Amino acid sequence: MNSSVKSVLETRTARFRASKLAARVVLAIASVAATVALANLSGARTVRAPSDRPTAPAQPNMAPATPAGDPPLPERLSETGLYVAGSTSEIAPDNLPYAPQYPLWSDGATKRRWVSLPQGKRIDASNPDEWQFPIGTRFWKEFSFGERTETRYLERVRDGSFRYATYVWDRARRDALLAPQAGVQATREIRPGVQHDVPSDGDCRACHEGRRSPVLGFGALQLSEERDPLAPHREPQPSGGLDLAELLKRDLLRGLPVSVLSRAPRINAPSAEARASAGYLFGNCAHCHNGSGPLASLGLNLDQSVVEVGDRGYQQMRANLVGRASRFRVPGQMRSLRIQRKNPVSSALWFRMQSRFAAAQMPPLGSKLVDTEAVRLIERWIESDGRPSASLHD
Amino acid sequence: MKRNLIATTALFSSALIGLAAWFSSRAATGAPPSANSAMPRATAPTGSAPAVPNSPSNAARRTREALVARGEHLVLTAGCHDCHTPLKMGKNGPEPDMTRMLSGHPDKLQLPPPPAAAMPWIASIAVTNTAWAGPWGVSFTANLTPDEETGLGAWTKDEFILAIKTGRHHGRGRPILPPMPIPAYRNFTEEELTAIFSYLGTIPAIKNQVPDPLPPPSAPKHG
Repeated sequence: MNSSVKSVLETRTARFRASKLAARVVLAIASVAATVALANLSGARTVRAPSDRPTAPAQPNMAPATPAGDPPLPERLSETGLYVAGSTSEIAPDNLPYAPQYPLWSDGATKRRWVSLPQGKRIDASNPDEWQFPIGTRFWKEFSFGERTETRYLERVRDGSFRYATYVWDRARRDALLAPQAGVQATREIRPGVQHDVPSDGDCRACHEGRRSPVLGFGALQLSEERDPLAPHREPQPSGGLDLAELLKRDLLRGLPVSVLSRAPRINAPSAEARASAGYLFGNCAHCHNGSGPLASLGLNLDQSVVEVGDRGYQQMRANLVGRASRFRVPGQMRSLRIQRKNPVSSALWFRMQSRFAAAQMPPLGSKLVDTEAVRLIERWIESDGRPSASLHD
Repeated sequence: MKRNLIATTALFSSALIGLAAWFSSRAATGAPPSANSAMPRATAPTGSAPAVPNSPSNAARRTREALVARGEHLVLTAGCHDCHTPLKMGKNGPEPDMTRMLSGHPDKLQLPPPPAAAMPWIASIAVTNTAWAGPWGVSFTANLTPDEETGLGAWTKDEFILAIKTGRHHGRGRPILPPMPIPAYRNFTEEELTAIFSYLGTIPAIKNQVPDPLPPPSAPKHG
């Protein structure tokens, strides 16, 4: 330590020593901070959605912000263009259904999704891993826990940015109403004592703005015609749904490289579990843990590229995990690894997936229930270290 | 250790009374001199006159210095040291250990399980003021020094701003737990948070791997 810094530190230490009263003040401030924080922690869970209208839990009841040049979002889902006029069940013909092959775990919600492209516009797929969508593109995703609970909305607006909103279904399921920017706590009990929360605008951005394109689940790998038969929570293609071939057939894509056109994209891995595990991590984790977004400095890249040759994409993903030090320490360990080879229960990745302690769980938001099917898949994958098992064939 | 815990907890519980006493003494005697006013700055200008006073590079340097000075002022007045600089016991009682300035909970300090809370008491704190136990589990204050591996050295300014604004680690990860006063700090402007982050980048880097939070006994599932 150089002398000037040392001098500064010594002076500060002397000042801090000046009075026992100062120490009391320190603790007094800390106690006030704790009180405020505790109030926030407990208060955030107290608001319940009433029958007809979502309410803000802890922040002002602000509607999502309106970008300059765009009209404000409609108050009702039925006014967004998802349905034919006068209906909240019949989808307007311009809105095309799709289902990604590696769906995001959302506590067991059943989901339906639609996309609407502006008339005559195409998606720029020249970067096949980060499609660019024309201004005016809109997505809807409906979440049901037994019955429709919320429908999320994503739109690319005139200034090129995206806006996020969610509509909460009223108890009679007649229509869904625009949720406030702060989200809505406890809209529906999905397990005894476990409530589904509608995300805030900040929650939306936390996941969707972790990579170049905020559109998740709608890309070359997710829409490949060659779907992974072992993907957790795999869904059948919806009737008349879009996949990569259908997008090309309808001339809705431009610039897709020939290498991607020539063969349906897939993750090439040494075993079925390895392929499905890599796909699960891609679909559930890579929107934050990738090599280009704000968390790239963590050095944890679970992304998959459709232009990788052979199993290089899988091997790169595996090399990010197996034997690599984790900043998170599994309880009882002085030093943890993201994946300890052939030892799932000692691996930080497995531990965080099967935890729902808020400060340990992965994903850190958007889920209150462990994805047991995925945890079992990851266990098998780690135990086998990606080698083909006798019972499954790729 | 147990005695220290009890003593510190007692101090904590009487802290509000202490605050009231401090305010009354302040009213009687006048405000104490600002902690900031007489304190040399780690990054203050050295005093050597620039060769070209109005050159763009000097202007940029002065802007940078002003930003760092502003950040230091905010760190001092927002109470960051209170929890992120460990307390040690001195002859006058608990005092900040400035050899560990803003480095968070000391990784070598092994703590026993916290005492069980008995209502209406809901929280307890370790003698260092860097480990807090309450309904959220046990939280340990973070290393704010620019150490690449264990502090903020690998963080970007945007991550830092987003973390404070959202109350999430890195701005998109786990929740930042009490007693971090996110509801107050999220009212900092981006300029103020930029200044704080800039200042934190100038303090001595200290390698100190702060433990991860521990779950409360009632946590639904934790391995």
